[in-house]
Amino acid sequence: MNEQEARSLLEIADDELILGWRDSEWTGIAPLLEEDVAFSSIAQNEIGHARALYELVARERGATADELAFDRSPDEYRCARLVELRLLDWEKTIARHVLYEEADAARLERLKQSDNPEVAGLAAKIDREEAYHRMHAQIWHERLQGESRYVAALEELRPLLEERGAHGPELTELWEEMTMVRRSQPAGTAW
Amino acid sequence: MVTEAEVWDALAEIPDPEIPIISLVDLGVVREVAVEDSHVRVDFTPTFLGCPALEVMRDAMAERIRELGAEPDINVCLDDTWSTDRITASGREKLRASGFAPPSPRRATAPTLVQLQSSVHRCPYCGSTETRLENIFGPTPCRSLRYCTSCKQPFEQFKTI
Repeated sequence: MNEQEARSLLEIADDELILGWRDSEWTGIAPLLEEDVAFSSIAQNEIGHARALYELVARERGATADELAFDRSPDEYRCARLVELRLLDWEKTIARHVLYEEADAARLERLKQSDNPEVAGLAAKIDREEAYHRMHAQIWHERLQGESRYVAALEELRPLLEERGAHGPELTELWEEMTMVRRSQPAGTAW
Repeated sequence: MVTEAEVWDALAEIPDPEIPIISLVDLGVVREVAVEDSHVRVDFTPTFLGCPALEVMRDAMAERIRELGAEPDINVCLDDTWSTDRITASGREKLRASGFAPPSPRRATAPTLVQLQSSVHRCPYCGSTETRLENIFGPTPCRSLRYCTSCKQPFEQFKTI
């Protein structure tokens, strides 16, 4: 695996980890009980994908998946602006879901062609699970596509899919929450 | 010295941590067993990546192999993609008997929403085919929720991947 490939895997891992955290914010407060179940399950999948990708990169770098996921500073994350936003608006959440799944499908297709069998294999594995996320996004897109608030949310969020590198304050806030317990761990303690 | 057949038999006794009615061998996650002197390598293909049972499976296999007096090496295969088609025929039957609808066979392409909503699924409780998809997602990454309109019973179905 060359450095370019490792960086691109890290970018996807960061997207999946941060989006997984954001999706999990709907647990218990989604507008429908079935959506509590759906977003909680999607969040669990995304964090599982992040872990597998971090493990692959960590092995190359002599680190652990946890170190890559949690011990970097917020400005070192390579996730898109889109995934870091705290969106407790349903139409924006669905707009993000639709935009993200579409872009994610395209990059997984590319990764599946990788010369590295582990990268290609992992991408194929992730893609089989993502197929269900895409179906879920499709159901909601079809349901909301005539709603002006949803259309406006798609317009507003679309450019943030390509924005990487410059993070907003939301990522720092999320990072504080996400790493709080880990940072409070006394030196030398094993969980 | 332990033989490959003995290792397979031992692994076939380990229940799936979340669906204990089926074993890890029924689930189709053991791709290969190789014995060399006192070392046993198991090639293990994970199911759903977000599944918390994966570590439990890995540890249970290692422990069982140590009980056989051998040194385990559980190799997680990332270049291999597990599919629900790898669940054995007896595994599928055990799922059905315990109230889980087994997964549909995987087609050449990823399942689509239309297939998921229109294909016929039998209720594992009453056998009726009058069932509908309630939620693509369920209590664990591997399950969807369905509802039987004949016996008014919700049930879980293994997702096809």
